[in-house]
Amino acid sequence: MSNIKKVGMYVFLSVCAFISIFPFLWMLTSSTNVSADVTKGRILPGSHLFENIRNLFETVDISNALLNSAKVSISTTLLSLLIASLAGFGFEIYRSKARDAVFSILLLSMMIPFAAIMIPLFQMFGKISNVVPFVGIDTLSGVVLPTVVTAFLIFFFRQNAKMFPKDLLEAGRIDGLTEIGLFFKVFMPTMKTTYAAAGIITFMSSWNNYLWPLIVLQSPENQTVPLLISTLGSAYSPDYGMIMTAIVISTIPTALVFFFMQKHFVAGMTGSVK
Amino acid sequence: MSTAKKGMSIERKSNLTGWLFVSLAVIMIFVFYFYPMFQALLLSFKSGTGMNLQFTGIDNYKRLFSDITFITALKNTFIYLIIQVPIMIILALFISVLLNNSQLKLKGFFRTAIFLPAVTSLVAYSVIFKYLFATDGLVNKLLMNIHLIQTPIAWITDPFWAKVTIIIAITWRWTGYNMIFYLSSLQNIDNSIYEAARIDGASATRQFFGITIPLLKPIILFTSITSTIGTLQLFDEVVNITKGGPGNSTLSISQYIYNLSFKYSSDFGYAATVSYSIVVIIIILAFLQFKLAGDDK
Repeated sequence: MSNIKKVGMYVFLSVCAFISIFPFLWMLTSSTNVSADVTKGRILPGSHLFENIRNLFETVDISNALLNSAKVSISTTLLSLLIASLAGFGFEIYRSKARDAVFSILLLSMMIPFAAIMIPLFQMFGKISNVVPFVGIDTLSGVVLPTVVTAFLIFFFRQNAKMFPKDLLEAGRIDGLTEIGLFFKVFMPTMKTTYAAAGIITFMSSWNNYLWPLIVLQSPENQTVPLLISTLGSAYSPDYGMIMTAIVISTIPTALVFFFMQKHFVAGMTGSVK
Repeated sequence: MSTAKKGMSIERKSNLTGWLFVSLAVIMIFVFYFYPMFQALLLSFKSGTGMNLQFTGIDNYKRLFSDITFITALKNTFIYLIIQVPIMIILALFISVLLNNSQLKLKGFFRTAIFLPAVTSLVAYSVIFKYLFATDGLVNKLLMNIHLIQTPIAWITDPFWAKVTIIIAITWRWTGYNMIFYLSSLQNIDNSIYEAARIDGASATRQFFGITIPLLKPIILFTSITSTIGTLQLFDEVVNITKGGPGNSTLSISQYIYNLSFKYSSDFGYAATVSYSIVVIIIILAFLQFKLAGDDK
């Protein structure tokens, strides 16, 4: 490669990286500045972080929103991984024509836009509310339930199960494991990378989910983090420093999950089993 | 996979086991996707406020074609789609090819940095963008400092620029996400193919269009379909950056459905009709994209 091309490549990638990172840097530094400085366009970090944090905790119940979001995302992720991987395993290991047909039908659900089903879902949970109040409208389980299983995740597990060494199953059967035992004791431990990748994807989308919680949750004490941020962000005279602090806090969980599991994530996306 | 032939009963048992493994997921997809989809279809023939709905036949569908707000939302969504998706996919492809270069240093840094936006919540980044792109915001200050513009651009409050802002925002958020898909597929391509091409004297451009693009076709198709569906469902950004304004100039279809259902005097029936328009569009576009990609899957 010629030197000019090489320089061009580095310049281009650096610009892309800068544009990608800049809003984060600005968010971080703004969380340490007072509102007036943020408005003036101050980019450098200030010394008002603790003041912003105090304001935030005094103005809104962010700890409660964080707790709600944690409950929702963790339960969604655990249920999701279990149910989708059971299905992915079932579809791939016990192949049959009928099940392959069902699988193709499930894939069609990926084409269904959420906006098209949100009203019937809202009505459905309204009806459920009358019977079982703790899973209906304005409950955290109501947020979790319809988002637990996605065809994408089933597809993802099935795709990865294709690379699962089948002779491990035979060996397990000879050792006297039941089929469900094979799943928990052989499949799950072998597919750690896949679970990690699927876990990151699910946790992030659940943590960040906005539209469904916006519809199904009503009382302030059930608010999740995105709902809180949205309310703060649309305030008439916003306290920028405080809002940026809220956004920083709301981003910490997903950022941590991402950085600790980044390796698994990329490996899982590539579909390799190591 | 020819394991020894087993008795019929074992096969039947294994068949039952198979159904048991997939049952929970299948039931949930039917209950939370297909059943509501069917309900929405029924709803789309009804009209009324709140839960008091009456069957009105195809009135809603007639209303759809003369509904100026709907047509505006449709137009906006298509503008996002036609401009944003190709820009993002080309950019993501280009970046991933650069990052796949074995001589590149700082690869990990570039990859992480460019992927980073995909980690943020849609609401959080939308709020940040709203402030960054405010008329007295940092972006204008920056552009004026380097003398690219003389007067500040009304990024949020001008109908044209508001659309541009939304497009910039979505591109920022999703390019890195799509890049990861391409990058992982690129890593699976056997390097010897490129070596052979190089020996044959193929230029980098020839290699890109002759080898990379054809081999990545399935994943490009996948990402363009998911991006299309994503764009048609655009909600969080528009609501949190421009609220659909100024006027209705950035209103998306999803936001209009939300407004019809939960903001204006709620009309679930008509909202369901509008939502079915997205379904029809998605089916048509997905079909076109499959055709365009040559239908080899």
